[in-house]
Amino acid sequence: MIPVENVPPAGDGGFWNDTGKTGITAWIFSTDHKRIGLLYFYSVLTFFLIAVVLGVLLRIELMAPGRTIMGPQTYNAVFTVHGVVMVFLFIIPGFQGSFGNLVMPIQIGARDVAFPRLNLFSWWLYIAGAAVIITSLFTGGGPPDTGWTFYVPFSERTGTNVSLAVFGVFIVGFSSIVTGLNFVTTIHRLRAEGMTWGRLPLFVWSLYATAWVQILATPILGITLALIIAERFLGTGLFDPARGGDPLMYQHLFWIYSHPAVYIMILPGMGVISEIIPAFARKPIFGYKMIAFSSLAIAAAGSLVWGHHMFTSGMSDTAILVFSFLTFVVAIPSAIKVFNWVSTLYRGSISLEAPMLFALAFILLFSIGGLTGLILGAAATDIHVHDTQFVVGHFHYVIFGGAVFAFFGAMHYWLPKFYGRRYAEKPAVVAWVLMFVGFNITYFTMMVLGMKGMPRRYYDYLPEFAPLNLVSTIGSWILVSGLILMLVNLFRGLFKGEPIDRNPWGAATLEWTIPTPPPTENFEEEPVVTHGPYDFKGAGIP
Amino acid sequence: MSGPLHKDYAGAKLGMWLFLFTELLLFGGLFLLYAAYLARYPREFGTAGGQMHLGFGTLNTVILITSSLLVAMAVTAIQRNARRMVLWLLGGTVLCAAVFLFNKYLEWSDEIGKGIYPNSPKLVAAPPGESVFFSLYYLTVGLHGLHVLIGGTLLTLVAVRVQRGTIHAGDYVLLENGALYWHLVDLVWIFIFPLYYLIL
Repeated sequence: MIPVENVPPAGDGGFWNDTGKTGITAWIFSTDHKRIGLLYFYSVLTFFLIAVVLGVLLRIELMAPGRTIMGPQTYNAVFTVHGVVMVFLFIIPGFQGSFGNLVMPIQIGARDVAFPRLNLFSWWLYIAGAAVIITSLFTGGGPPDTGWTFYVPFSERTGTNVSLAVFGVFIVGFSSIVTGLNFVTTIHRLRAEGMTWGRLPLFVWSLYATAWVQILATPILGITLALIIAERFLGTGLFDPARGGDPLMYQHLFWIYSHPAVYIMILPGMGVISEIIPAFARKPIFGYKMIAFSSLAIAAAGSLVWGHHMFTSGMSDTAILVFSFLTFVVAIPSAIKVFNWVSTLYRGSISLEAPMLFALAFILLFSIGGLTGLILGAAATDIHVHDTQFVVGHFHYVIFGGAVFAFFGAMHYWLPKFYGRRYAEKPAVVAWVLMFVGFNITYFTMMVLGMKGMPRRYYDYLPEFAPLNLVSTIGSWILVSGLILMLVNLFRGLFKGEPIDRNPWGAATLEWTIPTPPPTENFEEEPVVTHGPYDFKGAGIP
Repeated sequence: MSGPLHKDYAGAKLGMWLFLFTELLLFGGLFLLYAAYLARYPREFGTAGGQMHLGFGTLNTVILITSSLLVAMAVTAIQRNARRMVLWLLGGTVLCAAVFLFNKYLEWSDEIGKGIYPNSPKLVAAPPGESVFFSLYYLTVGLHGLHVLIGGTLLTLVAVRVQRGTIHAGDYVLLENGALYWHLVDLVWIFIFPLYYLIL
């Protein structure tokens, strides 16, 4: 047990004090990266929970054939809003906005990001976009029913409130761009003395790669969404075959952004795993350079694979072949990471605490998600399972089993640092077990259903699919009970739990060298970095 | 790099350049559509492109290139602390922006008067590729016009700060970034002009 230096009450000490403003304005107008990080964290968490509720409702509807709790139009709206909120309001802004903001400047030895006011502006843009999206649900023709991809021609013709929802996503996209360029500039300009590129923590490397994807891909989403609005209001006919347009062009433009966007979701998660594993295996990470390089490689190669969403849309065989090949190429850097994490564990002094359990779950679930992704990336098998529940299962393995489990890991790993208190270990482990089991029951079953031919996004299904759908729904209840237990335990711990010292996990990155909770200026004097991020000996950690 | 954050010139310019990339990509989506549809409808694009006002296009090109020169001179002038000169040059740039938009207004009025606008009865009846060409033309040029408006406003605000003395020879990164933005507006036009007015 590490002796505790000082025990401030929860929400006190460090950056929690030290502000001229009071009440909520001390938060919503703060330019401190830690406060903005927490603003983002609670915003994205709120939207995550809303979308979880929608997801559970979807599973209840699909529990049995026919109508269970909602009609078909409601069902269409619920799966659309579930997707839009999860993708655009939770996981895309989630990592960069919350843990990126909280941790990255400290990890590189900086006082703040390069543009603190722009940072606050990005949160305001995010909130404004979210407000517009929420408004779209309750006004006009009602919530959009197009699916989160807003595919034409349906998105041009449906009477639901697509234009407003799309405009909200456009604003959120701008927020994402602002964060991206802020982070790239910060990582280039504000590294402390001695913090060379070869000493950057791998979380920072992953944020750096992600930020580039945000900068380079998001504008394409912006113009695509603007085109939907133009199509709806001006009748430009750019995607209307009767006027010479081509719906396939919409799909190209949409996926030029939205495929790289899945790397915006997953790359920071991979970075979190690269922090947690060495800390809990008490071993320098294996293959530092390859992990850092593979983040950039994923960002680069991942920008060239969008066509694999369109194998059944009527592309040429040549295009299918090329996109299929590139999809297999992008699997290589992902596999490099997995092998390096596993090699780090080999002969490590592993301590199976909550963050580590989430990291291990990530490795397994992400691997399943990644390998099933290759089934979809190979044209021959994709045509069989395209637009089935298999795709839904695969996507949730990558994004929920991957990115969101990493997000939970990050919550257990980093939040105590900012609150000065920690959660109880045993309930955290129980919650992890529940979620892990519930997750696999829910989504593995979906993949089996997809293999059997059950389409995605269908309101009703054949009786033969009923038993497995029931299993999947029960799985979702286990998953959610674990989620509730995890959140209750985590937040009770953060406010009332056992106080922690500077470095409860014995990690070697910079954020653990400063007081808990971190002071407003992060470092009393500018740090001089003399060792790598996973050099436990250099950091003097036994 | 030490010292207060806002003195980090290289950082401020890096951030601006990254932002300019995003602007290029925003237009990139429209240029991508242009390329794909040109390949599909070369003849219809030719017919439609023939109806464009080459005179207006050329005039506006000259105006924008001139304005880019003026704003570049303004950056040089601020380095020499010639404040009055800077204000004249910025005023010239903004004037160019206004004239550009005015020309655009005349040009569009004429075209709309001839029944050429998205979803017009004339274009709905025209061969499919022509409707695509004009829709793309209105969207691309419209988005560019919006950027001219934003750039002009930005440079006006910069001019106010120069007048007040908050932008001076020792601290002119805002002016430099504003000028970079203006060059982007110019640059995008340099691609729009040949694609829509010249090559077809």
